[in-house]
Amino acid sequence: MTAPVVTGIGVVAPNGVGTEKFWSNVLSGQTGLGPVTGFEADGYPVRQVGEVPDEFGEEIPNRLGVQTDRWTQLAMTATVEALRDAGIDPAGPLPFDEYDIAVITASSSGGNEFGQREISQLWSEGPERVTVYQSIAWFYAATTGQLSIRHKMRGPCGVVVGEQAGGLDALAQSRRMLRTGTKAVVTGGTEAPLSPYALVCQGASGLFTDGDYLPFDTGASGYVPGEGGAILMLEDGTRDTSTVYGTMAGYAATFDPRPGSGRPIGLLRAAIGALKDADIDASEVDVVFADGCGIPSRDAEEAKVLTELFGPRGVPVTVPKTMTGRLAAGGAPLDVACALLAMRDGVIPPTVGVRNPLPDLDLVTEARPVPVRTALVLARGFGGFNSALVLRN
Amino acid sequence: MLTIEDLKQVLRQCGVDESVDLDADILDVEMAELGYDSLAVLEILARLQQRSGTVIPEDAVADLVTPRLLLDYVNYLIGVA
Repeated sequence: MTAPVVTGIGVVAPNGVGTEKFWSNVLSGQTGLGPVTGFEADGYPVRQVGEVPDEFGEEIPNRLGVQTDRWTQLAMTATVEALRDAGIDPAGPLPFDEYDIAVITASSSGGNEFGQREISQLWSEGPERVTVYQSIAWFYAATTGQLSIRHKMRGPCGVVVGEQAGGLDALAQSRRMLRTGTKAVVTGGTEAPLSPYALVCQGASGLFTDGDYLPFDTGASGYVPGEGGAILMLEDGTRDTSTVYGTMAGYAATFDPRPGSGRPIGLLRAAIGALKDADIDASEVDVVFADGCGIPSRDAEEAKVLTELFGPRGVPVTVPKTMTGRLAAGGAPLDVACALLAMRDGVIPPTVGVRNPLPDLDLVTEARPVPVRTALVLARGFGGFNSALVLRN
Repeated sequence: MLTIEDLKQVLRQCGVDESVDLDADILDVEMAELGYDSLAVLEILARLQQRSGTVIPEDAVADLVTPRLLLDYVNYLIGVA
């Protein structure tokens, strides 16, 4: 089969709900980062977060609202937009046999807020006060399952868990299913990891910045967590569609060696593998959407990979995550959306806030008009996951 | 005793399908037709038990397919029906 094509995009991000609103905010450098507003966060180890504004979920029936976590609701809103964008009525009927369309999302922490509320019920009121919907709302596959039921998409569904890298791995799993005869996959991912419980879990790593999120800056001091993500409509290319944003030309994933082993991280192998899978040379890459963790040691590792692959300042590098925070499973799908929109509009979105970028990188700090035909998206997940994806138009 | 209005309050907490009018006469409409699947019925029963202070035995659940059957059974357990 030919390479899978992206035919629809849906976005729920801290700096914009809806693809076009998000994209115009990204191009103008509009950040979605700010203080926690969801609860009284004094005393929590976090100073800034990327919260999605309350402009999503209006179309979700209250029957579904009571049985889903915020992270699933974010994906529901993005899915409706992605389907419409692909010329498909979300209320159906779908232009596919229901067993020819699947749902494969990424999730790295499941239904945090819902689970916290029910655990609180359990310990304060007793087990009989825990809602039965806890059984289906918290777990990683809940979003995939609810989307599958809601839109009657009954192909080979699944969920991929790989922290930040999982968002690319979901697309890879989707490609596998397209290769075995599935015609379309609703894929990508969202995350809603900003409840008190979720922030405490993440904050224990000590990797949140108490300043600003400045990836590849000499003053980088950690990252800012965020929520949201993107849902993409990935198809086998046989349907007559009005829009094709681009093709998923290549992908590879690797795993890091044991910490302290002295062996190099797996990111370079992942990037080389994705280029090889796409059958292109590094010189053909027009832009890299970097992982850009904002932790000095990880930034240095990634910058080394980029200079080894492209030479010093050999390719434009950008981290639009600086306007959303790191969205765990939602981050890489949002980067994929940015890469496809960059191709459409011929402009590389900026990395905001960075003043003193590492000298070996051509870091794009203001929107840069330039033709984009090929993009490389990198994602590193805590725990050693590396994934790389090549998009072409 | 529990009334249909008590039940409707619980149903609203559990969410109401857009196509369903709870203000209509729903006493003999099957729960499935009202948009409540088996998991939703379990949730409704859990909330009714909390309100009434009763325990509905699991083997009775499958027969309680309409609001009237549900209310009659819970009120029987309370001892006021």
